[in-house]
Amino acid sequence: MTTTAAVRPGTPEEAAAALADLSASGTAVRPAGTGSRAAWGGPDPAGTVTLHTGGLDRLVAHNPGDFTAVVQAGVPLAVLQRRLAAEGQWLALDPPDRGGTIGGLVATGDSGPARHRYGGVRDLVIGITVVLSDGTVARSGGTVIKNVAGYDLGKLFAGSYGTLGLIAQVALRLHPLPARTATAVGATDDPARLTAAVLAAARRPLEATALDVAWRAGTGRLLVRFGGVTAPERAAAAAPLLAGAGLAGVAVVRDDESIWAAQRAGQRGAAVVKVSALPTDLPAVVAAAGDATVVSRAALGVSWLAFPDGPDLAARVATARAALAPRPTVVLDGADRVADPWPAPAPGVRALMERVKRRFDPTGTFRPGTYVGGI
Amino acid sequence: MGKIDGTRLVERLRAVVGDRWLLLDPHELRTYESDGLLQYRVVPKIAVLPADGAQVHACVRACAEAGVPWVARGAGSGLSGGALPIEDGVLIVLSRLNRILEVDLDNGRVCVEPGVTNAAVSAAVAPHLFYPPDPSSQVACTIGGNVAENSGGAHCFKYGFTTNYVTGLEVALPDGEVITIGGKELDTPGYDLLGAFVGSEGTLGVATKVWLRVVPVPEATRTLVAFFDSTRQAGEAVSAIVRAGIVPGAIEMMDATTIRATEEMAHAGYPVGRGAALLVELDGAEAECDAQFAQVTAICAEQGSDDVRVSRDESERQLFWKTRKAAFPAMGRISPNYFVQDGVVPRTTLPDVLVRIDELAAEYGLVVANVFHAGDGNLHPLVCFDATVPGQAERAEELAGRILDACLAAGGSITGEHGVGVDKRKHMAKMFAEDDLATFQRLRCAFDPEGRANPGKVMPTPRLCGEVPGVYRQHPLEAAGLAERF
Repeated sequence: MTTTAAVRPGTPEEAAAALADLSASGTAVRPAGTGSRAAWGGPDPAGTVTLHTGGLDRLVAHNPGDFTAVVQAGVPLAVLQRRLAAEGQWLALDPPDRGGTIGGLVATGDSGPARHRYGGVRDLVIGITVVLSDGTVARSGGTVIKNVAGYDLGKLFAGSYGTLGLIAQVALRLHPLPARTATAVGATDDPARLTAAVLAAARRPLEATALDVAWRAGTGRLLVRFGGVTAPERAAAAAPLLAGAGLAGVAVVRDDESIWAAQRAGQRGAAVVKVSALPTDLPAVVAAAGDATVVSRAALGVSWLAFPDGPDLAARVATARAALAPRPTVVLDGADRVADPWPAPAPGVRALMERVKRRFDPTGTFRPGTYVGGI
Repeated sequence: MGKIDGTRLVERLRAVVGDRWLLLDPHELRTYESDGLLQYRVVPKIAVLPADGAQVHACVRACAEAGVPWVARGAGSGLSGGALPIEDGVLIVLSRLNRILEVDLDNGRVCVEPGVTNAAVSAAVAPHLFYPPDPSSQVACTIGGNVAENSGGAHCFKYGFTTNYVTGLEVALPDGEVITIGGKELDTPGYDLLGAFVGSEGTLGVATKVWLRVVPVPEATRTLVAFFDSTRQAGEAVSAIVRAGIVPGAIEMMDATTIRATEEMAHAGYPVGRGAALLVELDGAEAECDAQFAQVTAICAEQGSDDVRVSRDESERQLFWKTRKAAFPAMGRISPNYFVQDGVVPRTTLPDVLVRIDELAAEYGLVVANVFHAGDGNLHPLVCFDATVPGQAERAEELAGRILDACLAAGGSITGEHGVGVDKRKHMAKMFAEDDLATFQRLRCAFDPEGRANPGKVMPTPRLCGEVPGVYRQHPLEAAGLAERF
């Protein structure tokens, strides 16, 4: 039995020493940043020691000319973005809230509207340093954008929910901050018409920075955001496309930050179900939502259903997930209020994931039993 | 032949693919002795050309049960020896798996078999959509090979690599089990096995079905070529363009030697004798493209180019690209032999690294021509030599290795798009520490504990997985009389 409820290493090497001790004593460990996504993945077993990443707080390097940065796990996303903005750059990830820490962001693969244009966490991590349960410190990738040497552990650890090892440090690809933004909006209460508008927009070479649907209280809105020096003109040029698809109230919003803040906020709630589907599935997603609001990265087919709190929360979530099946769903916020936040993977895939887990974490130290398929 | 015909594995493979598609004759097998990197040659004992995914799965299962290693091969256009056969193994040739299984324009997805060529994917979704990763070999190279190598191309600075476009794979694992990782949709919950598999160079299994994302063809394309006195000047122009927040669709550089060689072949009217040519292509929304193109033109002039040529039409644009893509073949006109190197440096270090390469070339008394994807710092130095001069090939190879050392010293990588294969195994330990390599091996062991899929590639030294006892076991092909020793 360990008497320590938490450890707070200041360097990857300190983390390695602590983890070697903890795994040797059979203690379960959960890495944690600011706790902004604390419920995700569900509860950890009793006796789990928290490994706080707050001490891993160095912005190791920012190379503005190369559009890259090397950052330790405990750096808050908001702090990083402020530092990068001073050079007209950003990490093109805009998850809800303040985004927690870089480590938590990579571990959960959380994202926001910019996913449409820039890809997700997996697409922006170009190198990673991890600490395994036996104290091994290992690195994959590098600090250059283009690199195919060795296996891509950055992708393996992105979205691994802290179950393979500690993400200690990442190298990131950065992007220029857009000079201006503007959003074309249009509305309809007909999910089929909304979907047709999404497909029409997705098929055009708009180079939008975001393409979202917001559905609440029986009405849907299509939101197409543009970035760059000509953003307002391009939003104006896209407006007829939305009107032509039968959307009402088509407008161009130049001061558009509040629209997108609302989209990000719509990815949080008492219980949030993320569904992996296709763009053409949007009517089915809306139909399954019940009283939940829907935020959809519509051209990607990824949606978030946010359920209002209430005594029957778990039942409403279960009904929606059943209606969405066989499309995979994950419960994010409220994961601790449902029986299993994960979908059941195919047996062969589950077996392979378990082999990956056993190889990286043979002592079962990192968040045992909390991941997909009970891994 | 009697011995071979008598082996159980051969008979099983014959039953799977049929007599016509089972190759045992060394003369026929010689077709497959190399991939695009001709200095490595190994003739496999057995090659099979299965007709579809089910036959591939059956071949992998047969190999698993016989305990025989195998290598998957697509078009064989790879440049790192990644599809080099193993002598005592089976070569699984995927060229007959060339069907496009589904085209879903609404959802921007295409599902293909691995033997479909890269160019065929874009053709299947033309004219409104396209598949962005575009290796120079795109007419010949196959999606299966692209998946294995995480192929890039000239446009990946803006559009990304194969790994950013694969959403799902049907994979035969080395133990013969067939699974689907990822899917037609994005974000399948669980470990990103897809991200681990793409770029694993055939060492984790073989993909038999590939779901790809396709995207709209850009509204507008603007292309220019600017000539500079030196690669340093051109390199500064690249930095200035990117620093201005512009993300060109492609930004390619050629040095004086390459300009001379390509001009002889492509006749584009390029000024032979100039120090560097920079090809910049912007694509995207027309208004944004035009605004940025004016900026790029101004930056090139500010950085010292007195000769900026803007393509007036599609045929001139094609000529610019033909000249760029002629770089490798054109080198054959000025040098009897050459090695193509593939290194990466942080873009801001390009000017210094180019100087270092010049110094190294002088030290070795050899010509090094430079052509590269400048936006992402991906260098392709062409080390010229004459194989008939004793010792020169060896010195050229040593020089190519020294260039990689210079890339690593600058904070770069030993390969940007060609892969490690067999060719760069020896350099892996310069880029990665032993703990890094051992951690890579953990992934390998999760997929392939017996080490049967493309053994001898990627990792610098052979490694075993934990469960495999470290004692000698007779190789099944040896037992079958196919191999005397290995």
